Amino acid sequence: MTDKIFRVNMTDLTTSVEAVPADWAGHGGRGLTSTIVAAEVEPTCHPLGAKNKLVIAPGLLSGTPAANSGRLSIGAKSPLTGTIKESNAGGTAAALLARAGCKALIIEGLPKDDKWYSLSLTPEGVTISEESELIGKGNFAVVETLSKRLEGKPGIVTIGQAGEMKLTGANISIKDPDGGIRSNGRGGLGAVMGSKKIKFITIDPKDGKVAIAEPDKFKEANRTFAKALVDHPISQGLAQYGTNVLVNIINESGGLPTRNFTQGQFAAHDSISGETMHDLIEQRGGKVKHNCHPGCVIQCSQVYNDAKGNKLTSGFEYESIWAMGADCCVEDLDRIAEADRIMDDIGIDSIETSVAMGVAMEAGVLPFGDGAGVCRILTEEVAKGTGLGRIIGNGAGSVGRAYGITRVPVVKNQAIPAYDPRSIKGMGITYATSTQGADHTMGYTIATNILNVGGQVDPLSKDGQVELSRNLQIATAAIDSTGMCLFIAFAALDNEKCLPALIDLINARFGIALTGDDVVNLGKYILKTERAFNMAAGFTSVDDRLPEFFYHEKLPPHNVVFDFTGAEIDTFWDF
Amino acid sequence: MRITVKLFAYFRDNRFKVEEWEIGEGTTVGDIVDSLHIDREEVGVLMINSRHTEFGVHPVDHDVLAIFPVIGGG
Repeated sequence: MTDKIFRVNMTDLTTSVEAVPADWAGHGGRGLTSTIVAAEVEPTCHPLGAKNKLVIAPGLLSGTPAANSGRLSIGAKSPLTGTIKESNAGGTAAALLARAGCKALIIEGLPKDDKWYSLSLTPEGVTISEESELIGKGNFAVVETLSKRLEGKPGIVTIGQAGEMKLTGANISIKDPDGGIRSNGRGGLGAVMGSKKIKFITIDPKDGKVAIAEPDKFKEANRTFAKALVDHPISQGLAQYGTNVLVNIINESGGLPTRNFTQGQFAAHDSISGETMHDLIEQRGGKVKHNCHPGCVIQCSQVYNDAKGNKLTSGFEYESIWAMGADCCVEDLDRIAEADRIMDDIGIDSIETSVAMGVAMEAGVLPFGDGAGVCRILTEEVAKGTGLGRIIGNGAGSVGRAYGITRVPVVKNQAIPAYDPRSIKGMGITYATSTQGADHTMGYTIATNILNVGGQVDPLSKDGQVELSRNLQIATAAIDSTGMCLFIAFAALDNEKCLPALIDLINARFGIALTGDDVVNLGKYILKTERAFNMAAGFTSVDDRLPEFFYHEKLPPHNVVFDFTGAEIDTFWDF
Repeated sequence: MRITVKLFAYFRDNRFKVEEWEIGEGTTVGDIVDSLHIDREEVGVLMINSRHTEFGVHPVDHDVLAIFPVIGGG
């Protein structure tokens, strides 16, 4: 099936299917969403206004049998950060969009009336329908109702109440293979979808298949690639303990932000650790490993049951557990799982919202450690859109401004995730320089600062951190374009066969001859395109800094501050 | 000399989470790993007192040694 651009105009409620412009043909995933946003969105526009566009794109390899190729990129100008944004997630939608021949779905304009709509995408195009039944409902009700309303197993892309209310912490959720959800979590993209009055999008590729130019070469490359992933010990650990295996090692390193970023270790770390979670899942009959999208050979996800053996949540990630656990000092993993499920249902970023809760705890809105209070506020305030609920649902920066708190861990107004930049300095460079606000996935220096993957760079020293972050951010931008899960990076950093096999897969899919240098140049192009958008939106290098408190509040146990000068940070862009 | 030894992930299986150990002068981190019957190839990260260390280092009194297999996440 030939790839096309599917376009929806919500102002006049029209749709079209267009040929792919030559400039966009070599792009997919993040490279494509950022290229389109940069080409078609005025950088100074209001993110929730008619001029912003929501762009949804599968990766270059999505929809093929390539292992771990099911990530879906969603881009726009972010209402949380004001920067360009790409957020990606698993689920079934990326593969189904690719099979429907959709290279990208561009949603533009705003409805003139006050009605809500849904979109239905098939290989023929997009149909816009009015929606009323599911308005005001959470994501789980959307998935459950649509599974009954529609035939087959369509892809579902949905927003919860947070997106409807245009809260800047709102995410977009994607149905997974078992009716659970995965989230394009960061940057408030759910608010952009809500501003366009789209509650959900369904995707049915009919009998569409992704064409592969050289099937034999593709099959051979996929065999090598999948073997590299499966053989890597980190993949095996991820299947056993999930991403939450990190709680204990980051705590041991002194880099686990605790009690709203005032300490680097959490006394109750073991009660929320991956090891404890693994044992509880086994005891309660949950699933230790689970794939978020078909074709994943790592299976870092899981199904976490409550004490009675009923499913409490799935896709229970380190970042969410750290944020609600250590950062808010909640020691009860069941309570954290309950909060995780509520946030999934409301459709709100579990990093942003949990860090916002930590700031709210410092402000005295509720005590540190009050997991029951967190769940009550999520259900009674955020989901219902009360004043307090909206302050928290708009993120950590919003809570800081509302309550006059100065210890607010954000960069470009986006909450800093689970690694303190004072004691893991490479992450500080990534948070500061990322084109999208604080985001660990943009350049995951933990690999080399803490895990001894891809070499060793001392986390407490300034030496080598800028170069490390730069190289990882370039590589990540390229990987985010392929539809590949970022966890292929561990194998790619350690196994010399992995990355060439990935390039062979792309070449066999399209009948082209990319080299390793081309892939590096793609990563550089993406970062520079995103940076240029931000500059045109009014950002300068002064925005590439951490909040003031990181420069003077010493973090125990190492008692260190973040000590990069602005000029040192700015050398990141010397490429 | 008295030190604390901590194990993580599957290294805990049929071993322990944390123990106090008495070790002799000249004992290296590698000796401790070997005495636990952990294959050095499977060790991903070693830390003493929350700082990365290596097999050849000699722990001193009151050190806390943490031994991790090759793990990752994010």
